[in-house]
Amino acid sequence: MPDARVNVPAEVARDKPFEVRVLVRHPMETGYRTDDGGKAIPRNVVSTFTCRYNGETVFSAHLSPGIAANPYLRFFVTARESGQLTFEWIDDAGIRGDERAAVTVV
Amino acid sequence: MLRALAVVVACCAGWAAAQDRVLPLSALRSGISFAGADVRAMQADDAANPGMLWVERGEKLWGEPAGAAGASCASCHGAAKSSMRGVAVRYPAFDATAGTVFDLEARIDDCRTRRQRAPPLRRESDDLLALTTYVAWQSRGLTLDVKVDGPARASFERGRALYGQRHGQMNIACTQCHDQNWGKRLLAETISQGHPNAFPAYRLEWQGSGSLQRRIRACFFGIRADMPPAGAQELTDLELYLAWRALGLPIETPGVRR
Repeated sequence: MPDARVNVPAEVARDKPFEVRVLVRHPMETGYRTDDGGKAIPRNVVSTFTCRYNGETVFSAHLSPGIAANPYLRFFVTARESGQLTFEWIDDAGIRGDERAAVTVV
Repeated sequence: MLRALAVVVACCAGWAAAQDRVLPLSALRSGISFAGADVRAMQADDAANPGMLWVERGEKLWGEPAGAAGASCASCHGAAKSSMRGVAVRYPAFDATAGTVFDLEARIDDCRTRRQRAPPLRRESDDLLALTTYVAWQSRGLTLDVKVDGPARASFERGRALYGQRHGQMNIACTQCHDQNWGKRLLAETISQGHPNAFPAYRLEWQGSGSLQRRIRACFFGIRADMPPAGAQELTDLELYLAWRALGLPIETPGVRR
């Protein structure tokens, strides 16, 4: 069950950067570990994370096995008009997750 | 007559034990106060605290019907925000029907199997951790208030004995670290007072959330002793003793620990 906690201000000022914080639930399996039976656990990390604002990509990241479980991403976005932030990510197992948050420009 | 006398003696003993705390209230220090600034900041900020992922999942599970009874937690208990406020501070607690002391995990699982008629949740499974974290989170800021008198007495005394008993290849007892040497260094770590008020907690070493039992088992491993299996009576006894020892500390669930 892919999910995330998204934290954005409900109201933002026009053309002024605001902070977006996302906590993605994911084990970020490195691929270097073995299970109790000694079998290698295959690598499974969130490979790509993308944030779009009204469809336009405003932030994206490629994550690697060096990043801890449940990655926490913090970045800044500037809004010109009210709209919707959408977050999408995909892991090595091909599981997709998405979240959205509405932003109102005041 | 003898029985009446025994009851009186038991009550007095209970009163004495309550007075007779190991660490005075003013000296109690939550585990978070031994952590570095980064870990403290992570715990304090709900947007950054990864334990909140378990709270969120617990909230979802709270409203989802499970088992043959087709009922969810919410069907009986309503909104957890009001019905579960102040519940976690009383656990572990004696359950009259089962005739044994339940920690919060056991309480939830008992409700699940007996009332919802659903298959039990495995200890340390994400779902049980989520529900436990969600319920304990409702009491965040309230102080621990377990009862160690009456039927819980035997479990408490076993926990106290276990806490003071030497274990494992290293031949040390819980009390030697957590009562006599807290605040000193053990390799890279500062020894804490060993309080249970932040659990289930997100531990960075685990890269996930874990119960108090898991944390206690980790201590057994650390002193090279045989680890009691998850859900073992000894662990519940220790949980009760730890909760009594920390009486007066506020619940921090979901805590963050190294």
